[in-house]
Amino acid sequence: MEILAGLLNGFAVALEPANLFWCFVGVLLGTVVGILPGLGPPATIAMLLPLTFNMNPAGAIIMLAGIYYGAKYGGSTTSILMNVPGESASVVTCLDGYQMARKGRAGPALGIAAIASFVAGTVGVLGLMLVAPPIAKFALSFSSPEYFALMSLGLALVVLLAGRSIVKALLAALVGLWIASVGTDLFSGTSRFTFGQMELLSGIDFVVVAIGVFALAEVFVNLEVREETQLLPVPKGLKNLLPTMQDLKDCRFAFVNGSVIGFLVGALPGGGSTIASFLSYGLEKAVSPRREQFGTGVIEGVAAPEGANNSETGGALVPLLTLGIPGSGTTAILLAALVLWGFKPGPLFIPEHPALFWGLVASMYIGNVMLLILNLPLVPLFAQVLRMPVYVLYPLILGVSMVGVYSVSGSLFDLLLLMVFGLLGYLMRKLDYPSAPLILGLALGAGMERALRQSLMMSEGKLSILVSRPISAVMLSFAVLVLLIPMFGKLNAWRLRALEQG
Amino acid sequence: MEDETRKSGDLWSGVALAALGLYIVFQARQWEYLGPEGPGAGFFPIWYGIAMLALSMLLIVSQLRRRYARGNAIDWTRLGRAFSTWFALAVSVALFKPLGFVVSFALLTYFIVAVMYRRPLATAALVAVASAAGFYLVFDLALSVPLPVGVLGF
Repeated sequence: MEILAGLLNGFAVALEPANLFWCFVGVLLGTVVGILPGLGPPATIAMLLPLTFNMNPAGAIIMLAGIYYGAKYGGSTTSILMNVPGESASVVTCLDGYQMARKGRAGPALGIAAIASFVAGTVGVLGLMLVAPPIAKFALSFSSPEYFALMSLGLALVVLLAGRSIVKALLAALVGLWIASVGTDLFSGTSRFTFGQMELLSGIDFVVVAIGVFALAEVFVNLEVREETQLLPVPKGLKNLLPTMQDLKDCRFAFVNGSVIGFLVGALPGGGSTIASFLSYGLEKAVSPRREQFGTGVIEGVAAPEGANNSETGGALVPLLTLGIPGSGTTAILLAALVLWGFKPGPLFIPEHPALFWGLVASMYIGNVMLLILNLPLVPLFAQVLRMPVYVLYPLILGVSMVGVYSVSGSLFDLLLLMVFGLLGYLMRKLDYPSAPLILGLALGAGMERALRQSLMMSEGKLSILVSRPISAVMLSFAVLVLLIPMFGKLNAWRLRALEQG
Repeated sequence: MEDETRKSGDLWSGVALAALGLYIVFQARQWEYLGPEGPGAGFFPIWYGIAMLALSMLLIVSQLRRRYARGNAIDWTRLGRAFSTWFALAVSVALFKPLGFVVSFALLTYFIVAVMYRRPLATAALVAVASAAGFYLVFDLALSVPLPVGVLGF
């Protein structure tokens, strides 16, 4: 009953003309971003974040979330038509989607991707709506030691799933913690790691690091080559995009599989949509009577991963909104956005800001309908975005990145920092250091340090407080276990296989 | 030989991170570790600094012990293109103070289109002017987002 009342209030918020408009802008931008290879949701959200500072927070979060899940709809288009994933979650879609397109079935492949995304995306929002409030209530009993343990577990899971080398992923997370420490220590007033620069006393802005590491680094990587990939013909007319009844029948299990796996993996910090889509593809293949045909253009091979990567969005918002723990680079940026607008994601977020939470949930139902409408008949139109010359696109991304950073502080020093983090992000990619743990270390660093220091104040300096409380002890044990997984051969082989596929 | 290059990339990044870890530990030792009111400013950094030092040493040792490095070889042409773009961007940021955003961004765009993508100079000039004007119209005039201003007043 409480949920129903919340949802009704949420629809009242989401259906306000301004919020409907921002929802549409978000899903439209998300679709375009998803289609464009080399420009992912974290980079786009990071670039646009500064522009939302003057917006109504409800409209702003609705728009940014729209970009997040909209990109997952668009991501399938390039996977199917070019064999190039528009974003990392669509990698698995290439396997059967591109083969379908080569056999002249690009239309049904694009159609089933949109339908599976809609079904699973809606199930994901339903899960968010049902699961988030009870988790938030449970987390109300958390104190500093539990928070420290929870953040450690979140970071450990991200480290486990973010890179081929655990050591490199851990090092990236530690660099993130270090960047979070730069500036004045709020407990003692000590200035730390400021290199004598006045501009660093207030710390390094999250936006500067996120835009540098994601947006700029992506442009540098893409600019390494001059060639452009060829596009297969896009089917015209709604009739040619609709899957047949037999196709829909073949995808029955894929819809359920994608919805459930996507949500569960999303709710797990560090899971991410790439892992979700890989797992649901693997499960679909394992239970399919025609598993030997997977990879040759089987429609369930498109429906399952596309569903999973959309359902994952709802799952990923659960730990973010109820515990204040982001599970990926994109949700870390959403966390920073909420904090910058003056909110504190965590157990009190839903009771203190019901209009914002339920407005977001309701907008996601509306956004999924908008995306289905946009992505079925308008796919040929969106595919035209791919004809935009890259020599026009990349300078635009660089320009928006610089304007975004400058608009936060009006400081040229921040633009110099942007250069530094752009270079760092590029070098990390070349040297195979994952960027998600760095961003997560940065997003969680201040909170982790605060929780640890408050815990030790509570216990008068005794570290045993972290393991003497049951919830904290369980979570810290899990964190240690997670970091020890690579020592177990079979589990590590599974982890590496998942990452190789992603 | 190419694998060796890759291996040295991991090795040198390990050395750089070990140096950073060492720097963090040395800096953190100058701040209070544990005071009467609880942990001080040096408490948290000292621990992640030690962890960074230990992990980077592990990375260095594992690279030194590995006979063959795995992974792709470094393509210097690709690296050169990326670094050229980074350098052009850095020059463009440096020019914000004297020339302002609009002119500096137009020059950056011209460089990317004409030099990096080898498009005709007229195309490059057109894209550069149109993009810079677009930014000025959208951000400065329509959205009132301030852009860095140069001596020319825009």
